[in-house]
Amino acid sequence: MDNVMLSLKGIVKKFNPGTVNEKVALNGLDLTLEKGDFVTVIGGNGAGKSTMLNAISGVWRVDSGSIVLDGVDITALPEYKRAKYLGRVFQDPMMGTAADMQIEENLALASRRGKRKTFAPGIRNSERARYREMLSELDLGLESRLSEKVGMLSGGQRQAITLLMAAMKQPKLLLLDEHTAALDPKTAATVLEITERIVKENDLTTLMITHNMRDAIAHGNRLIMMHEGKVIVDVSGEEKQRLTVEDLLEMFSKASGGEFSNDRAILS
Amino acid sequence: MGNFFGSMPGAIAQGFIWGIMAIGVYITFRILDIADLTVDGTVCTGAAVCAVLVTSGVNVWLAILIATLAGVLAGCITWFFHVILGIPAILAGILTQLMLWSLNLKIMSGANVAVSSRTFKVLLTQINVPMALVFLAITAAVIIAVLYLFFGTEIGCAIRATGCNGAMSRAQGINTDVMKLIGLALSNGIVALAGSILCQYQGFSDINMGKGAIVTGLASVIIGEAVIKHISKNFAVKLAGVFIGSIIYWIVYQTVVFFKVDTDLLKMLSALLVAVFLGIPYLKKKIGGKKKKGGAVNG
Repeated sequence: MDNVMLSLKGIVKKFNPGTVNEKVALNGLDLTLEKGDFVTVIGGNGAGKSTMLNAISGVWRVDSGSIVLDGVDITALPEYKRAKYLGRVFQDPMMGTAADMQIEENLALASRRGKRKTFAPGIRNSERARYREMLSELDLGLESRLSEKVGMLSGGQRQAITLLMAAMKQPKLLLLDEHTAALDPKTAATVLEITERIVKENDLTTLMITHNMRDAIAHGNRLIMMHEGKVIVDVSGEEKQRLTVEDLLEMFSKASGGEFSNDRAILS
Repeated sequence: MGNFFGSMPGAIAQGFIWGIMAIGVYITFRILDIADLTVDGTVCTGAAVCAVLVTSGVNVWLAILIATLAGVLAGCITWFFHVILGIPAILAGILTQLMLWSLNLKIMSGANVAVSSRTFKVLLTQINVPMALVFLAITAAVIIAVLYLFFGTEIGCAIRATGCNGAMSRAQGINTDVMKLIGLALSNGIVALAGSILCQYQGFSDINMGKGAIVTGLASVIIGEAVIKHISKNFAVKLAGVFIGSIIYWIVYQTVVFFKVDTDLLKMLSALLVAVFLGIPYLKKKIGGKKKKGGAVNG
């Protein structure tokens, strides 16, 4: 059990229960991540991918099931307390940063994640050198723009900064929710490159949702496919290395039982 | 014309006092991104508590402190309605405001309380405007300095982040509920402080004195922003801008009074001013489409 970082057991989450709009988003989801796993997550619309990340993050409580992170049961912990252990990057580049605050202030907030807020300075001079160095490693020319408002930056730059912020406190788990989906292909590739580097450098256990099957195959050591609130495909190691997009489509067809044609467009 | 210029120091003094109130509005509206209508009631609560205490012989400084704390409490009530009971912020503010109306009448045992500067020791009075101006300028400087420092602390930054992006703040481990509490309490405390100073200056507290305060405050914030927009983005300058906006507002008010324009129309003009200035950025965005302003998703 020592090597387990995350264990989801029997997670159920219903939206609008008891109404005509009731939707079972997670339907007894089980998933175990080992330390250092970099898992890519694919699945059609409404498969429960984002819901799974939100359940782990504690955006709301799950209806049933347990979430254990590095041996600690966090099922009942409020979102802001779990944040200490989690790094998160969202699909919407606007969502991961505070637009009206400076780049350095955003980084300073992240460097205080999980720390009790006091009347100490929100940012100290000594931090700035470190931030400048971190930003220069991104190679996006941001190191000279520390005091600029994040709202002035492009989506790709904001996602890169959000990644830095997510990784800053050495989280137990990095959650990436289609964080390149809103970017143009070239920027998406850059952000993925940065992601890969940050994950490696910090040896982070990572869950990355992507709509791009090629990315799902190319990155990480393990791939899972979700369907109707459950994991239906789970491949890792060499088997994953050999995967092709066609294989994935095939697997999806088999596992989901005939809904292949409906979801084909979404998955490819 | 002599009389017109003679009335200006009084207008500036009013501008300072309502500027303190507008700073409270700035904290909720601009920093926390909540339109808090509690303030319409809190102004009078501050004044009422101060007036009643001073007239019953309590030291004026202590009276101001207790009045401010009463405002803090009002902010906590709105927070409870909004955050704990999940009532939309605007309605939560209106509910507290209505509660305060009754409470203010009870505090004053009536619709008003006179605080004569001849009978009671007060810090400022409109009988001696120059002295009042000195006191108010110092008070304004202290408030700007304290808030500038406060919003640079970890708690201050967390409040700003909460107002800017709640989801991001929680993802960064910020307890946004607590930050909203601090913001609303601080804001209403400052508004009540303004009320307690106003009742000393004008020599009475009155149940109607906070009516439309939110609009006056917003107008001051907006005028101030327009004035300092091209000067500096420094936070202290922004806070000073709120005072400048408020003073301009009261100079205009005094001018309108002097030229015997119907003052009944002034609140309508304030409301329209606020509507126009809040509407312009929205319309610009709508017409301008994807032009700039953080809208660039790609690249």
